[in-house]
Amino acid sequence: MGEIIQEEKQKGGKRRPKKHSTHIDMTPMVDLMCLLITFFMLTTAFSKSKVMEIVLPEKIKKNEKVEPPKIAESRTINIILGPANKVFWYPGMVKDSKNPPILQESDYSDQGIRKLLLDRNKLLFKKVAAFKEQMIKENPTMSRDSLNANIKRFNKADDSGPIVLIKAYKEARYANIVDIIDEMAICNIVRYAIVDINYVEDAMVQTAMGSSTPTKTPQN
Amino acid sequence: MPKIKLHTKSPHIDMTPMVDLFSVVLTFLMLTTTMRQPEPAPIDTPFSISDRTAPDANIMTLLLSEDNRVFFNIDNGSDTSFHFKGKILAEMGTRYNITFTAEEVKQFEAYPSSFGMPIQNMKSFLNTKDAKERESLQTKGIPIDSTDNQLAFWVLVTRKVNPAVQACIKGDNDAPYPLVKKVLDILQDKNVNRFNLITNLEATKVTQSEE
Repeated sequence: MGEIIQEEKQKGGKRRPKKHSTHIDMTPMVDLMCLLITFFMLTTAFSKSKVMEIVLPEKIKKNEKVEPPKIAESRTINIILGPANKVFWYPGMVKDSKNPPILQESDYSDQGIRKLLLDRNKLLFKKVAAFKEQMIKENPTMSRDSLNANIKRFNKADDSGPIVLIKAYKEARYANIVDIIDEMAICNIVRYAIVDINYVEDAMVQTAMGSSTPTKTPQN
Repeated sequence: MPKIKLHTKSPHIDMTPMVDLFSVVLTFLMLTTTMRQPEPAPIDTPFSISDRTAPDANIMTLLLSEDNRVFFNIDNGSDTSFHFKGKILAEMGTRYNITFTAEEVKQFEAYPSSFGMPIQNMKSFLNTKDAKERESLQTKGIPIDSTDNQLAFWVLVTRKVNPAVQACIKGDNDAPYPLVKKVLDILQDKNVNRFNLITNLEATKVTQSEE
């Protein structure tokens, strides 16, 4: 972008001394600034990464004798994260290892495991909605924060929602775990735990995988 | 009738407002920038709906890569004058009978990214500037076997030097579960029970059923 110098044509013989314009040619400066801005824009980590917090129960030391917490079987759902982004689940517990319950297959989409969890958690959703309405009626000026805190406390005290045990098969991926914990947050599941898979469930996954993919190539 | 004088306009555009704006943007970017650190291995973090932002300081980050490697990153705390990184390195050195020179400690403190190599390779890692050589030193990640569990020591020493540290786990989508399990076990053995899983914010809207 060069500067175009206009020559003033004058008819008369008198030539005035040329006035220097007060303009400074800022083009190179602008060029440089453009470059710097582009550079900074590209290198800046603008969006700070988000985190999902999980708290795992403290490990039981070997010499400690702690009773495992008792949970109601009717409320328990076992979710097993299988290979190839598959999710399996069964209700209750394995009573007879010779004759284990049949795994139901599902997936991480919102029509899959989320539907099941929301369905199971319907009662709690209803309760929360009723509780919220009551709170607002009692105290219409309550701030959103304290309302949320109250709802959180209400959620914690709840004893109708499902208890979800998350177990991961050895071929599961990291994304699966994050996905399923995310589902817990979406479905407002209060009680869930990540527990180790046991050998009966291992076998159950293997049979479920075997039956669902009968045409498996022998190479792998 | 007077002749209408036609002003011959100069082709100059007044760039002053533009330059003003540019300087403001540039100053802003220069002051707020935190450089994106190159990771030693490509990490594709999974998505979640969580919108909590990661803490600024006092974090130790464990990177889990797709190919079973573990990397570790610590920061200097909320203030570089604490020299947490240097202290941690020195402490690790005494555990493994390696003495790090002041120059190496300085180098380590300045190194912004994650690292993943056995502590025995740390010296040559800090003494080289060559990116390729650094990469070749990190092919194994930090050892986490029960025979030579260096990650456990890193965690232990970090928590000893900086008790306020929080654990962040940055895993690749395809990091295998057994690796995740092992790393969580190591952390839990060292009494870290609260983790921050680093994720990307999912853009999809969450529909909550009200019925």
